[in-house]
Amino acid sequence: MASLIAGGVDCDVHPAVPHLTSLLPYLNDYWRDQVTTRGMVDLVSQSYPQNSPIVARPDWRPESGKPGESLEDMQRHVLDPFRLKHAICNPLYGVQMVFSEDMQAAFCRALNDWLVKEWLDRDKRLRGSIVIPTQSVEKAVAEIERCAQDRRFVQVLMLVMGDTPLGKRALWPIYEAAERLDLAVGIHAGSAYHNPPTSVGWGSYHIEDYVGQAQAFQTQLTSVIVEGVFAKYPRLKMVMLESGVSWISPYLWRLHKFWRGVRMETPWVDRAPLELVRSNIRFSLQPFDAPPEPETLIRLFDHMQSDELVLFSTDYPHWQFDGQDALPQGLTPDLVRKIMIDNPHATYPRLT
Amino acid sequence: MNIQFRESTEAASPLTTKTAIADCDIHPARATRTELYPYLAKRWQHHLEVYGVHAYQGMMEGPPYPKAQPNASRRDAYPPEGGPQGSSLAFMQKQLLDPNNVQLGVLNPLNTGQGIRNHELSAALCSAINDWQIDKWTSKDKRLKASIVVANEDGLSAAAEIRERAGDKNFVQVLLLSRNVEPLGQRRYWPIYQAAEEAGLPVGVHAFGFGGNPITPSGWPSYYIEEMVGHSQCQQSALASLVLEGVFERFPKLKMVMIEAGFGWAPSLAWRLDKAWRRLRSEVPHVKRPPSEYIREQVWWTTQPMEDPERREDLFDVIKWIGWDRLLFATDYPHWDYDEPSRVLPAGVSDTNREAFYLGNARKLYGIN
Repeated sequence: MASLIAGGVDCDVHPAVPHLTSLLPYLNDYWRDQVTTRGMVDLVSQSYPQNSPIVARPDWRPESGKPGESLEDMQRHVLDPFRLKHAICNPLYGVQMVFSEDMQAAFCRALNDWLVKEWLDRDKRLRGSIVIPTQSVEKAVAEIERCAQDRRFVQVLMLVMGDTPLGKRALWPIYEAAERLDLAVGIHAGSAYHNPPTSVGWGSYHIEDYVGQAQAFQTQLTSVIVEGVFAKYPRLKMVMLESGVSWISPYLWRLHKFWRGVRMETPWVDRAPLELVRSNIRFSLQPFDAPPEPETLIRLFDHMQSDELVLFSTDYPHWQFDGQDALPQGLTPDLVRKIMIDNPHATYPRLT
Repeated sequence: MNIQFRESTEAASPLTTKTAIADCDIHPARATRTELYPYLAKRWQHHLEVYGVHAYQGMMEGPPYPKAQPNASRRDAYPPEGGPQGSSLAFMQKQLLDPNNVQLGVLNPLNTGQGIRNHELSAALCSAINDWQIDKWTSKDKRLKASIVVANEDGLSAAAEIRERAGDKNFVQVLLLSRNVEPLGQRRYWPIYQAAEEAGLPVGVHAFGFGGNPITPSGWPSYYIEEMVGHSQCQQSALASLVLEGVFERFPKLKMVMIEAGFGWAPSLAWRLDKAWRRLRSEVPHVKRPPSEYIREQVWWTTQPMEDPERREDLFDVIKWIGWDRLLFATDYPHWDYDEPSRVLPAGVSDTNREAFYLGNARKLYGIN
C-alpha cells in the first residue's frame, strides 16, 4: 500500500444522528410538537440500512447504537490513526426523504445546529457540510447564509438523487450562494427516493441501489455541465462524494464526443466538458472501485490526465477498505501528497 | 461520428476498408406511414388511425427531446426515390453495404411496437415488423439478418413471438430496448430470456425506448445531449439488474448484446459490481459468482458510438479489460452519429484483433459462416 502521510484531509466522514429525538433540542416548539404528537420515527435512509455490511466496517461497528454516532470512536478509528489535520463531516441523516419543504427545512436547520454543537465544538479537527432543504431553493439559500457565518462549514451538501437534475436553473441560487461564500458544493451518494433510484426504474435490492450510485453521478455531471453551471459560476467547485472513480474517464470520453456533435444545443457550454471537470469537479477517493492491481490503478489515473481530481477520503464508518489501507496500491508519493493535502486545500478555501 | 453535416456520397475512397465487415446495428425504416398495414389486422389499422400509439411519453409524434437532425439521421442518407433515411434497400446497398463490403448486417428496427402502453397493439405491431423485415429486407439481400422484435412489457406474448420465429434463418437475435417499465432483470421479462435461450438466439438490448421512468434517477433533464449520454447510464443499470436478479445464473446459455450504448463503462461497472457483491452477497445468494464473470462470459458489446478519448490509445486499455473477443463492429446507419468503418481503429491493432473486431466475433456470436 502507498504510505499515508500526516496532516491530511479526510473529505468524507459520516457522523450519525443517534435518533430523531436527538434533534429535538434543536427544533422549535412547533416542530418538536409535530415530531412527538405525530409519533414520527427515526429518519433512516434506504440508501444506508444500519446493519448492512457496507454501512460499517466490522471493527468500526459499535456494540450498540449506530455506526458513527460516537465522536470518541471517530477519533480512535480515523482522526488519530490517520493523523488527520481535518475531517469533513457529511451527515447522511434522512432529512431529504420527507416531502414537506417546511419539515425538511426545520430538520436541516436542526441537523446543522446539532453538527456544530455535538461535533465541531468538540474536536478542532472537524469541519462541516451544510445540509440544505433542496425542495425550496429560497429556504436552502437562507440556510446556507445562516450557517456560512461559521467558517467551520466548508461545503454545502446535496444528495446525488433528489427531485430534479442538479444543473436545473431553478437551483442556481444555491450555487451562487456557495460561490459567493467560498463554499464547495458536495454531492453525496444517496437518494431522496422522490424518483426511482435508477433511470430504468425501481430495482429489487440494496446492492442494486448502491452500485447504481455511479450512474446517478454520471447523469448529474452531465446536467451541471450542459446546463452551464460553470459558465455562470466559474469559481464554484463541486465534489462528488462516495461516487467511485473508475468510471470517470470513459464517461467523459462519451460526454465529450456528444458535446462535439450537438454543442449547438447548449451554446453556452464554451469549454470542453473534459476541461470543465478538470477545473471545477473533484471526486472523493473511497470507494475506490477498481481491482487492487497497481497496473490498473496507474492506467486509470493516467486516463484522467490530471493529478488534481481526487481528494482523500475514508468514507468512515462505511466499509470500503480494511486496516489502514485507505490508499490503493500504486500511488506515487507525489500523488499521495496531492490527494491527501494539496487537492483538498485547493478545493475548500475555508480549510485553514 | 459525422460531426460535419455532409458526408461524401461518392464511391468508396481508397481510405475505405475493403476488408469484409459485419455491421451489427443497422436501422431499417418504413418508407411510408402505412407500410406495415399489410401485416396488420384491420382492427389494428383502424386503431392506429383513430388513437395512434399510446406511448410511455407525452408526444403523439416525435420524441420529447428533439433530435439533432431530422429522424436522428444523416442528411446525406435520404434515398433518391424519396422516403426517410434507411427506408430504401437499394440506397442502403449503394451507400452502406457495397462500399464497406458488409458481409453481415444486423437489422434493429426502432419505432416499432416496443414501449407502448397497449400491450395487445404492441404484440401486433412487433409481429408485423418481423414479417416486414423478411419481406422488405432479408429475403432481398442475403447479407442482411433480422432481429425478432418483441412486445417488451408482456413477457408471455414476447416469448410466443420468439418461439414462432425460432429456427427461421432470417433472424439472428431477439431485440429489446434498454428503457422499459422496470429494470430488465425483473421477473416479468424472464419468459423472454427463457425463450431466447431455448431458441439459441442472443438477446440484443438497444439503447433507447420509453418506460415512463425519468432518464436520470433525479428526474427529467433538459436536453437531447443528456438523453444521448444518459443511454449509457440506462444500459449500465439494466445490465446491473440482469446480473443482480440472477438472470445469467438462471439462463447460463443466454447471450446478451449491449447495442449502441458505448462500452467504455463496462470494466468500471463490473469492478463496482464485484466490490459491492463481496460485501453484500448475502442479500443476493442467487448470484453465485462474482458479477464480472457472468459479464465476461455472457455479454457482448457493439462498438458505435465508440468513446472518444483525447488520446486514442487510452481506449485500448479499456478494450483489453473487456476482451477483443467481445466487441462487435457497428455503424448505426443511417443515424447521425454513424461510425465510419475505416476510421474507427487506428494502426497498431493486430490482424487477429482487427478481424475479430470487424467480423469474426459477430460471425461466431450470430452463427453466420
